Amino acid sequence: MAGTSTMNDRSVTRFLTARRGGASMHWTDVFSYIYLALGVALMFGPVVWLALSSFKTPAGLQEFPPTLLPLGQIERQVEGYDDPLPMFEVTMEDGSVRELAQVRRIGIIAQMVDPDDPGETIKVPIANRKPIREFRVAWENYTKPLERFNFLTYLNNSVIVTTAATLVTLLINSMAAFGLAIYEFRGRSAVMLFVIGTLMIPITIILVPAYLVVTQLGMVNSLWAVILPGAATPTGVFLLRQYMLTIPRDLIEAARMDKASEWSIYWRIVLPLSLPAIAVLAIFSVMWRWNDFLWPLIVLNRSEVYTLQIGLNAFQGELDVQWHYVLAMTVVALIPVTLVFAFLQRFITTGIASSGMK
Amino acid sequence: MALDETIKPEAETGTSRLNAIAAWPVRVLFGILDVPFRALQRLLGIGSMPYFFILPNLAFFGLFVVVPLFINFAYSVTGGTNLFMENRPYVGGEQYGFLFDCGNYLDPSTCREDRFWRGVYNTFTFVFFQVSLMVLFSLVTALILNREIRGRGFFRAAFFFPVLLSPVVVALIWKWILLRDGVLNAFLVSMGLDPILFFVSPAWAMFWAIFVSVWAHMGFYTLILLAGLQAIPPDLYEAAEMDGTKRERVFFRITLPLLWPNMLVVIVLALIKAVQIFDEVFVLTGGGPGTATQFVVQYIYTTGFANQIQNFGLAAAASVVLGVVLFVLTLLQLAASRRKDEG
Amino acid sequence: MTHRLNKTLLLGVAALGLMAGNALAETELRMTWYNDGNEGEVMRDLLDRFEEANPDIKVVLDVVPYAAVRDGIGVQLAAGEGPDMARVTDLGGLSQYYLDLTPYLSDADYWRTNFGPFLKWLAPDSDAISGFMTQLTVTGPYVNKTLFEQAGVEMPGEGATWDDWAAASKEVADKLDIPIPMAWDRSGHRVAGPAISMGAKMFDENGEPALVDDGLKMMATKLYDWHQDGTMAKELWGSVSGSQYLGANEDFANANVVLYMSGSWQIPQFAETIGDAFDWWAVPAPCGPAACTGMPGGAALVAIKDTEHPEEVAMVMDYLAQEENLAEFYSRTLFIPGHLGLAEKGIDFDTDDERAKHALSTFAGAVPSISPIAFETQGYPYNYVMFGALISRLGEAIVGELTLDQAFERMTQDVEQQIAEKKRGG
Repeated sequence: MAGTSTMNDRSVTRFLTARRGGASMHWTDVFSYIYLALGVALMFGPVVWLALSSFKTPAGLQEFPPTLLPLGQIERQVEGYDDPLPMFEVTMEDGSVRELAQVRRIGIIAQMVDPDDPGETIKVPIANRKPIREFRVAWENYTKPLERFNFLTYLNNSVIVTTAATLVTLLINSMAAFGLAIYEFRGRSAVMLFVIGTLMIPITIILVPAYLVVTQLGMVNSLWAVILPGAATPTGVFLLRQYMLTIPRDLIEAARMDKASEWSIYWRIVLPLSLPAIAVLAIFSVMWRWNDFLWPLIVLNRSEVYTLQIGLNAFQGELDVQWHYVLAMTVVALIPVTLVFAFLQRFITTGIASSGMK
Repeated sequence: MALDETIKPEAETGTSRLNAIAAWPVRVLFGILDVPFRALQRLLGIGSMPYFFILPNLAFFGLFVVVPLFINFAYSVTGGTNLFMENRPYVGGEQYGFLFDCGNYLDPSTCREDRFWRGVYNTFTFVFFQVSLMVLFSLVTALILNREIRGRGFFRAAFFFPVLLSPVVVALIWKWILLRDGVLNAFLVSMGLDPILFFVSPAWAMFWAIFVSVWAHMGFYTLILLAGLQAIPPDLYEAAEMDGTKRERVFFRITLPLLWPNMLVVIVLALIKAVQIFDEVFVLTGGGPGTATQFVVQYIYTTGFANQIQNFGLAAAASVVLGVVLFVLTLLQLAASRRKDEG
Repeated sequence: MTHRLNKTLLLGVAALGLMAGNALAETELRMTWYNDGNEGEVMRDLLDRFEEANPDIKVVLDVVPYAAVRDGIGVQLAAGEGPDMARVTDLGGLSQYYLDLTPYLSDADYWRTNFGPFLKWLAPDSDAISGFMTQLTVTGPYVNKTLFEQAGVEMPGEGATWDDWAAASKEVADKLDIPIPMAWDRSGHRVAGPAISMGAKMFDENGEPALVDDGLKMMATKLYDWHQDGTMAKELWGSVSGSQYLGANEDFANANVVLYMSGSWQIPQFAETIGDAFDWWAVPAPCGPAACTGMPGGAALVAIKDTEHPEEVAMVMDYLAQEENLAEFYSRTLFIPGHLGLAEKGIDFDTDDERAKHALSTFAGAVPSISPIAFETQGYPYNYVMFGALISRLGEAIVGELTLDQAFERMTQDVEQQIAEKKRGG
C-alpha cells in the first residue's frame, strides 16, 4: 500500500484516519470499495460455490474443470432402442460436426447413430466426441437423504438442544456474572481466576474424562448430555461480568434503598441493562450449539437423539464419502443459521460492537 | 467499556423488539425464582447472596470441566489403556518424562515423541502468522468500515458471515475449492498455469491453514475493533484538524493509542484461539503434508482418542502441558484487560 | 464403577421426558451402523422382514458417520454404553466387548462352516462366535484399460510384478499426459499385501509383531522411489499426517490415474461415478519375489456383550446370517461375500455393468490365493497399530521429514511403544 511520493503517503494516512468524512471521491474511497467488493466475494463466494456444487450429480462433482452450473447429459429416445441414448457432439473425419446418439462404447471406439436416421451405425473414436449437456439440477441429493432419514427428528433435536442450552447458559452465566460483578465477597478473586484460567479449554483435550463423567451421570444418549456440559461457559461469565461492571452502582444502591430484593435487582435492573451483552452471548451460544459436532458424536449414538450435524454427516463412510450427499446436507444445515443471520444481522453485528466484547 | 453512543439506538430498537416477544415467559420464570431467593436473603442475609448467584454456574462448571480436568491429571500419572482409574497402574511422572525425552529440544527428530514437538513448533509458527495477519486484516477492515461507506451494514454483515459457520463446514468448503480438481486450480489452468497441489507443499498447506482460519474468524475481531474506533470521540479529530496536525500523526497519536485496549483484547483472544486450533485445520489439511500442519491439539486427539490403542496417559500429560501454556496466556489476557480498565 | 447406578439414573432422566424411551412391551434392539453406499437400505429391508416374522422384536438401525465407529465406539463400549449390535472395522481390537453367540444359536456348526476363518478375526484368543462379515474386502489394483488402449501399450499379463505394472503405467501416462501414473490408497492395510508379496513376514517366531524386515523395506523403498521419480503423486501420501486414510477414487474416476491400488469396496461407487466413461478394470494382485497377494479385510456385524437381550440379539444375528439373506445382502450391495458357502456358489450380483461384474469376479477369485501371512496379519488384534506406524512414517519419509532409515526405526519404535502401553493394563 505504501506509495513513493509524499502525496501518496498523505493519502494513505488520510485513509487510515478518516472518520466518516471526506467529501469528494478520493482514491482511498475507490480502494475502500474495491477492498469491500473483494471482501464480499471472498466471504460469500466459497459458500455460493458449495451451494452450486451441491446440485451436481456424483459424476458432475468429479468433473475437471468443474462447471459453474450443474449440468446433465441430454438423452434422446431413438427408434429401435429401448432406453434413451446419450447425445454427443461428434467431429467427423471430414471436419463437420454432427449430433449423434451413442449406442455403446467398446474400448476407444464409440458406436453411434443419428437419432433421425437410426439405421446406420457410425464408428467414432472416443476422443472426437463431446457430451451435449443442459442445465439440470440433481434434486435427489436433497430429497433422497431427507426421505431416508428422520430429518424432522434431527431438526427437532437440534432446535431443542440449541434453545435449551442457550437458555440455561444465559440464566446461569448471567447469575454468576451478576454475583461476580456486583458483590465483594470472600473467594471472589479465586473464582474469577478459576473462570479465567479455564477460559476456552478446548473440549477436545478433556473429551475422554468428560465422557466418563457423563456416563456416570447416566446421561449418555439423552439430549441432556449435550445441553448441560457446555452450559457454564467461562467465556459467557467473563463477557457478561465485564459488561455488568460498567453499570452505575448508584442504580443498585437506590434499589436497595427501596427494599428491592437482590434477586429483583438482578433481573429487573442489571439484566435489562446488560441486554446487548446477553444478546451477544445468545448468538454465540446458538452458533456453538448448532454447529457442535465432535461431542454429540461421542455421547449420542441412537438415531432418535441425533442432532442435525450428526444425522446429516452419516454419509461419511469408512472407504467412501458420498460427497453429493455431504455437500447437500451441509447446505441444509447452513440454511437455518443463514436465515437467522439474514433477519437478525443488524442486531447481531451492532450488538457485538456495542458490547465491546472484552 | 461504555455503551457506544453512535450505535446505541440501532441496538436498542432491536433489543426492545426482542424484549417484547420474550417478556412474558421470562417475567413469569424470574418472578417464580424470586420466591426462594427472597427467602434465602431473609434467612442468611445479603452477604451470602453472591454465593447463591454463582452456585449453579459453578456446579455445572465443576462437574463438566473441573472434574474432567482432575481425571485428566490422574490419567497423566497412570498408564495402560483402561478407561477407569481403578484399573490404571500408577506410573508417576513417566508420561511427562516420555514427552520431554529429547536429545535436543530444537530438533524434534531427536525426541522420543517427535510428533509432539513438531506439533509444538508448528503451533508456534501458526500462532505467530495467524495472529499477526488476523490483527492486520481486522484492523484494515475495521478502518474501512468505519468510513462513510454506502451499505455499511451489509458489508459489516458480509465480513461477519463466516463466523457463523462451523469449523467442519469451513474446512469442507475450502477443501472443496483447493483440491487438485477444485475450482481454484481450474482457474489457474484457464489462465494457462499449471495446477498447484496445495496440500502437498508444506508452505502452501500452512498458508491455507492460516488463510482459512483468518477468513473464518476475522469478522468477529473486526467488529471489536470497529466498536473501539467508533468510541473515539469525534472532537479529538476535529481539534487535531484545527491544529493542522498531520494525518499520520493523528493516526499514531490518537487513533492507535485509543484503540489499543481493543487491540489487546483482539490479540489475546486470537492468541488463545490460535493455540488451541484443531478441527478446522484437521479437516482441511489433515495435519499434513507429513506433519507440516499437525498442531499440539491434534497430537493429543490422535494419541488419546483416534489411535487404535488409546494412550490416555500420554495424551493427558500433553494436555496438562498445553493447559499450563493456555493458563499463562489467559493471565496475560487478564493483565491486558486490567490495563484496559485503567486506560 | 457401577453400571447399575447408571441404569437407575438413566431411568430418572427418562422420566424427565427428554429421553426417548420406548414404553412398548416389545424388545427393542439397537444396531449401530455406518454406510459406504447403499448397504444401510438393504440391511433395513432385511430387518423389516425379520420384524414381520418376529413381531415382538424391533431392531433400530442407528446410522452414524464412520468417524463415530472409528473414534467413538471403543470408549462407548469401555464405558458400557454401547449398542446391542454394531458394524465395526477394528475387528480384533474390540473383541473383549463381543458377545459369544454360541449358546444361543440353534446351529452353531452352520456358523463355523461358513464363517470359519473370519470368526477367528473377531475372537483371536477364543472359539467364540460373535458375528459375521458384512463385507469381505480384498485389496488389489484397478487399471484404466481405455487409457492403455489409447496409448497403445500392452497391459502386463498374468504373473506380472509390481515393477512391470509401475513401468507400464508410467509409459501410458507419459504418452497421454496423464498426471498420475499410479496411485495407492494412503493406508497401511493397502501396503501390507504387496509387502508380503515382497517377502515381509510381519511377525516373529513368537507371533509378536515384527513390522520392519527385508521384505517390508523392499516394498517401502520401491514406494519411496516411485514417489521420487513421479510414478506416484505425492498428493496422497505426501498430504495429511499420521495414519489418516486418503483415497484416489475421485482422481481415478476422472481418468487422472492409470493404475489405482485400492480394493473391492470401490466397485459400487465406480459403477455409479464412472459408469461407461471408460473401462475400469480390476486386475489380479501383482507379484513380488515371495507371493502375489492382496490383503483381506472388511467390516463385521458383531453382537455386544453388554446387551440385556442376548437371546433376541442372537435371533437377529442368526436370521441375518442365513444363506438366502446374506445372498441378497451381498448381491444388492455388490460386496464380496464373507460366507464360504456363498463364495463357493458364487453370487449373482445385482448389476448390469460388465466392468463391475468383472471386478467382482476378479476380487472374489483372488480370495483363495491370499497369502497365509496376510490372513494372520488381518487376524492380529492390533494390526491397525502396525498399519498406522507403517503409513505415517513412510509418509513422513516421502515428504522428506525423515530418511527411510529413520522411518524404519520409528515404525519399530511406534509399534513397540503402543503395544507396551496396551500391556500395562486395560
